[in-house]
Amino acid sequence: MATAALDRAAALAPRAVTRATGESRAVRWTLIAVALGFLAVTLVLPLVLVFTQALAKGLPAYWAAITEPDALSAARLTLLVALIAVPVNVVFGVAAAWCISKFSFPGKNLLITLIDLPFAVSPVISGMIFVLLFGAHGWFGPWLSQHDIKIIFAVPGIVLATMFVTAPFVARELIPLMQEQGCEEEEAAMVLGAGGWQTFFRVTLPNIKWGLLYGLILCNARAMGEFGAVSVVSGHIRGETNTLPLHVEILYNEYAFAASFAVASLLTFLALVTLALKTLVEWQQRRATAGQADIESIPEKPVLSPAKEIAV
Amino acid sequence: MRQTSRSVLPGFGLSLGITCTYLSLVVLLPLATVFARTSELSGSALWAIVTAPRVMASYRVTFGASLVAALINTVFGLLVAWVLVRYRFPGRRVVDAMVDLPFALPTAVAGIALTTLYASNGWIGGRLDLLGIKVAYTWLGITVALVFIGLPFVVRTVQPVLDDLEVEVEEAAASLGAQRWQTFTRVVFPTIAPALLTGFALAFARAIGEYGSVVFIAGNMPMKTEIVPLLIITKLEQYDYAGATAIAMVMLIVSFGLLLTINLLQWAARRRTAA
Repeated sequence: MATAALDRAAALAPRAVTRATGESRAVRWTLIAVALGFLAVTLVLPLVLVFTQALAKGLPAYWAAITEPDALSAARLTLLVALIAVPVNVVFGVAAAWCISKFSFPGKNLLITLIDLPFAVSPVISGMIFVLLFGAHGWFGPWLSQHDIKIIFAVPGIVLATMFVTAPFVARELIPLMQEQGCEEEEAAMVLGAGGWQTFFRVTLPNIKWGLLYGLILCNARAMGEFGAVSVVSGHIRGETNTLPLHVEILYNEYAFAASFAVASLLTFLALVTLALKTLVEWQQRRATAGQADIESIPEKPVLSPAKEIAV
Repeated sequence: MRQTSRSVLPGFGLSLGITCTYLSLVVLLPLATVFARTSELSGSALWAIVTAPRVMASYRVTFGASLVAALINTVFGLLVAWVLVRYRFPGRRVVDAMVDLPFALPTAVAGIALTTLYASNGWIGGRLDLLGIKVAYTWLGITVALVFIGLPFVVRTVQPVLDDLEVEVEEAAASLGAQRWQTFTRVVFPTIAPALLTGFALAFARAIGEYGSVVFIAGNMPMKTEIVPLLIITKLEQYDYAGATAIAMVMLIVSFGLLLTINLLQWAARRRTAA
């Protein structure tokens, strides 16, 4: 780290050097204090509040709130939606990254932009488009009701809206990573007689595993936590089409604050686990690239572009 | 460019097929319905819907609060990124990881937590109430929620650029007699300005579409604290599909315009660093 080296040099060198490329002690600590104070108020306080409010009525009430039938069925639905949306997203993301990074074809940049599109769409609109298609007054509405198929205000609608919202997550993570890795290793495997799938599972997959895991974690967090899009298509039927975030909303609007925060604390816990895993994977990934850089003396590049953060 | 790889590596048809089919069915066709539906309206009817007083008021609320929130995020995001990159203090790694909390926390949870915090009997709201400042259920509350969700965008766009900044340039400025503040405004700031602008645009783009974290704290009074996404939902619940789609189309055009601007900004920044 250049800065660490600089700090060390500054500690040894006369005062003039310290002032040249760093701030004085007073300025430094003021800036740190202001930044940390701001983060404490905006990020930490809401976090602490969730757990305090969740336990406001004691542990038994907390336990009752998260184990009542409606909460359990909401948790089941949330898991089901994630179990469908995340694997589908992984297949799509790997396929998209494979064709974009390993081949050149016209319209490639357009395809990359189109994959990003759901990030630019408001969650409410993401839900609305499925109501326009499959709702009672939607394009396929009459046909669906004739055949007794329910998509809107039912589980399929929730899955579809979640799939829309999470579509870019894995692809966004893998495309820059695989573009940087190029296709020499895969070509070598093919020349040595490996089959296509063998090449993918033995060569490509080990190379992209951390990036894939990273995208998967973020995708899962969004799939389980999505509120706006799901809220539009769900219909809020208790015990049937309520996901955990929607259950939080219903309890809150019924002034069952402690119960609402109890369920919210589960989602907050999920968010904290996501952050921990994300940090761990980033660390692993950096180590992997650093190792590679040592061996092949490639200048170390940040694997994750800042743009990928739009993803979340 | 990759003629050889094309002939050696398999799976082009399969992977492109999966990608295009999935993208079309799940993303593009559903999105296209917004434009198809609005084309059913006549031009004057469309104009009447998207410029109705209640809709105009909701634009003012959404765009105004988003702009203020994005500006606050730009200032504090730069500060946080600077402190994280330049200084060493205990707990820095934890703080760094925590910056992503708004990305990971479901918006509904953020919404109820911020509302409780800033309500007139809340930890922060109670204190501000004594000063006569109301946050929850006002325009200020909307801004607070949007600051929360937008913060990581600025920090995470500025951070890598600050990290890559060469100390030699600052040393040169200092050795040529520049004061520290001069070095910052004349040397450091121009370098990170494109990233800062991108972060601002990303935070703003996210803010205008935001629903979950805002809807609890907003109060949702028509003409005063009603955001555009909520108005779309209200119209949908009244089965006013034409109204909902027309407003949604306006928002989509703004969002796509922003996406294009952000891509251009990043392209320009990349070209500058390459040159």
